[in-house]
Amino acid sequence: MPQILVEGISKTFRVAERNPGFLGAFGGLFHRRHRSIDALRDVSFSIDEGELVGYIGPNGAGKSTTIKILSGILVPSSGRCEVDGRVPWKERREHVASIGVVFGQRTQLWWDLPVIESYDLLRDIYRVPHSRYEHTRDELIEMLDLGSLLDIPVRQLSLGQRVRCDIAAALLHEPSILFLDEPTIGLDAVSQLSVRAFIKQLSRDHKVTVLLTTHNLDDIEALCDRILVLSDGQLLMDGSIAELRDRYGDGRYVAVELESFAAVAPEHEERIVERSDSHILFSVASDVPKFIDDVLSNYPVKDLLVTHPPIERVVATMYQAERIEH
Amino acid sequence: MPSLTTALLRSYTAVVAARFRLLLQYRAAALAGVATQIFWGCIKLMVLGAFYAAAVTTPPMTFTAIVAYVWLGQVLIGLLPWNHDPELQELFTSGGVAYELLRPLDLYWFWFARTLAFRTAPTLLRMVPGIIFATLILPLIGLPEWALPAPASMTHGLMFALSFTVTVMLSCAITILITISMFWLIEARGLSTFMYGVVPVFSGMIVPLPLFPDWMQPFLQYQPFRGLCDVPFRIYSGDIPLSMAGQEIAFQFVWVVILILFGYGLIARARVRLVVQGG
Amino acid sequence: MIAAIRLFGRLMMIAIRSQMQYRNAFLLMVLGTFLTSMVQAIGIWALFDRFGNLGVWSVAHVAFLYGTINIVFATVDITARGFDTFGSSLIRTGQFDRVLVRPASPVILVAAREVALHKLGQLLQGILVLIYAFVTLDIDWTIGRIALYVFAVSSMYAFFYAIQIVRATMSFWTIETLEILNTISHGGMETAQYPMSIYKESFTNFFTYVVPLACVAYFPMVGVLNMPDPLGSTLLTQSLAPLAGYVFFAVCLSFWIFGMKRYQSTGS
Repeated sequence: MPQILVEGISKTFRVAERNPGFLGAFGGLFHRRHRSIDALRDVSFSIDEGELVGYIGPNGAGKSTTIKILSGILVPSSGRCEVDGRVPWKERREHVASIGVVFGQRTQLWWDLPVIESYDLLRDIYRVPHSRYEHTRDELIEMLDLGSLLDIPVRQLSLGQRVRCDIAAALLHEPSILFLDEPTIGLDAVSQLSVRAFIKQLSRDHKVTVLLTTHNLDDIEALCDRILVLSDGQLLMDGSIAELRDRYGDGRYVAVELESFAAVAPEHEERIVERSDSHILFSVASDVPKFIDDVLSNYPVKDLLVTHPPIERVVATMYQAERIEH
Repeated sequence: MPSLTTALLRSYTAVVAARFRLLLQYRAAALAGVATQIFWGCIKLMVLGAFYAAAVTTPPMTFTAIVAYVWLGQVLIGLLPWNHDPELQELFTSGGVAYELLRPLDLYWFWFARTLAFRTAPTLLRMVPGIIFATLILPLIGLPEWALPAPASMTHGLMFALSFTVTVMLSCAITILITISMFWLIEARGLSTFMYGVVPVFSGMIVPLPLFPDWMQPFLQYQPFRGLCDVPFRIYSGDIPLSMAGQEIAFQFVWVVILILFGYGLIARARVRLVVQGG
Repeated sequence: MIAAIRLFGRLMMIAIRSQMQYRNAFLLMVLGTFLTSMVQAIGIWALFDRFGNLGVWSVAHVAFLYGTINIVFATVDITARGFDTFGSSLIRTGQFDRVLVRPASPVILVAAREVALHKLGQLLQGILVLIYAFVTLDIDWTIGRIALYVFAVSSMYAFFYAIQIVRATMSFWTIETLEILNTISHGGMETAQYPMSIYKESFTNFFTYVVPLACVAYFPMVGVLNMPDPLGSTLLTQSLAPLAGYVFFAVCLSFWIFGMKRYQSTGS
């Protein structure tokens, strides 16, 4: 029995439309038109205990809706969903006691209070026994290096510090599942790395199940063995990053450094992704060895490197391909 | 100066249009606002009616004059200058006010046009259903004694229109002083709270001014807020006789001139201050 | 239940401490609410000064109603702030989702989120007026009257609190601020400052049977003050009337629960 089970979930919203313009606003006084939006269409997946799954898709794809359904905030229009054998929205209180949620852009801490007091308050809300709480709290403080931040009011923390504090706050009651919604959004490189390292540790050492929603594909590449790709309310893919590359990212990137500046022949020119002075990046779809031969014999090459295309490009290709199919 | 006039006119119409759109978008709020006005009007009339019924001595105003006073007050309540344009507030908190000073316009009149729009647009919109209720619906539902009466005569009506025009200017001249105060205060919330306490009482919106104790009348008579409600409303009902109307309108106008000059002077000082201190 | 009350108390303490960090703004606003509620009192005073009495009701009798209602109303404003700002600070920002992922009652979490301490100005003003009424009126405080007064005040609290809950509940449907409910809360407060018997029958009926304002304020207060009631209530009905405040609260609370269910199915 998987820990998270989602079967054929759909969610339709009704949205009021406003007519543009002056008269339109007047018309709105008397009646309004509605339009339906399918945020999720027949989405199914399951996640086992201890998995670390990335959940990606363009804006408005339905990621947040899914997270909200899984956390018991929203009720789906149809379909079945169980987490730890419970239907989230039916046994909301029991359910939320065993999950942790981090919404990256909003804090769950009390704005004007020192961090530690927010933590104490959360202990009361979740009714965590004192000894247990102190143990967990100290462990989290150490893992996330929060020791120096505890007495500072939340409004004075930098974003990176706040996100770290927020993540700890979501784990004080030792949930077995953690939903992370854009945890690294807006963070500087150092903070991103430390948040990632923590998530990895949490998953590996504590066997917490993590569902990570993100736009930052570096997060996915660094953390997730498995990804779910959502687009326009439908699940496009459920698999590993390797599978994703196989399907949409065949071909290689060839980075070349030249001895001196040289003009590039037109048939090579169209493959250039980026160029700055003597550094050129080519995207090569097929027959890579022949392309390398060509380059080596035509230009004064100083150095050459063949890589996978970056994950962003793979995903962009996939979205494009799927849009054409629709 | 045709360029100044067109610029002012354009900024006025632009702000009026924006306000109308905003108000119409929030349709429920607009309708609720009208209902609230009507509700307050009824409550006030019932309270004052009860006092009139229990009166031992003859009150200084007839009840018909009271009815006119109350309904005109409810319908035109949006004109009371206790708050200020939030968009102008935004200018001060964001520091954008420095750009305003750079415009090739007379800042006072530019803001005056905006303020005029801010004050009149919501009132114009909400006035209509309020007046319909007070003149037509009340008699229909069997409460003709509560209905807004017509002006005491044609001449009273014309004098009221004149006086009311000055009222609008007076309201803008006061509102703009709140705006200008932000050159020094940055945030006018405290001042607004204060005005919210003072303006309704001294304009006559809470209780018609003639009903206040006699010993307070000399003071109430000459303060500027009286020009906001008391003067035009009593000209309308004939409580101020026609022979006095001209003098009362002149009283309103003198205050308008004083307040405009005051505002003008303050802006000049603020400009100097901003130039010297660099904002 | 006890845990819930404890949690409520802790959240409240924290909300108070948060506010105290902005002391100057706080003091200014206290002064502001004091002045604003003073304005109404000045209006009432002016009318009594001009007209003498309102039938059998003297200025001190009305001050008794006014003071009591203002104290209750200010207390509700202070303690129901979380509901007051619910639409703007929880629904519009999506923060309500955060409340829903807590294993505690959303009612408690919302209620104790914020405290409007600046309404202390209004509270203070109400207390001063009530003291004046107490000193002037010389009420015969029997046990029964004290009990009725306490009963009425508590049900008045429930009544005005319930209106705040309804207002918050509306935010599940619309983001527009609904002034119409101000008519019932603020308007109701000012209506109830005068004896209900001065109003038209349709108003009195509305505020007795639809929105039971008269039941929590006028009727029991007539009983406490031992005044004649032209509306024909007896000591028995005056003593039972405050029950309506609790019923009203229960109805409004179920409306809130209904609204929350809807939110969970629309997520608007």
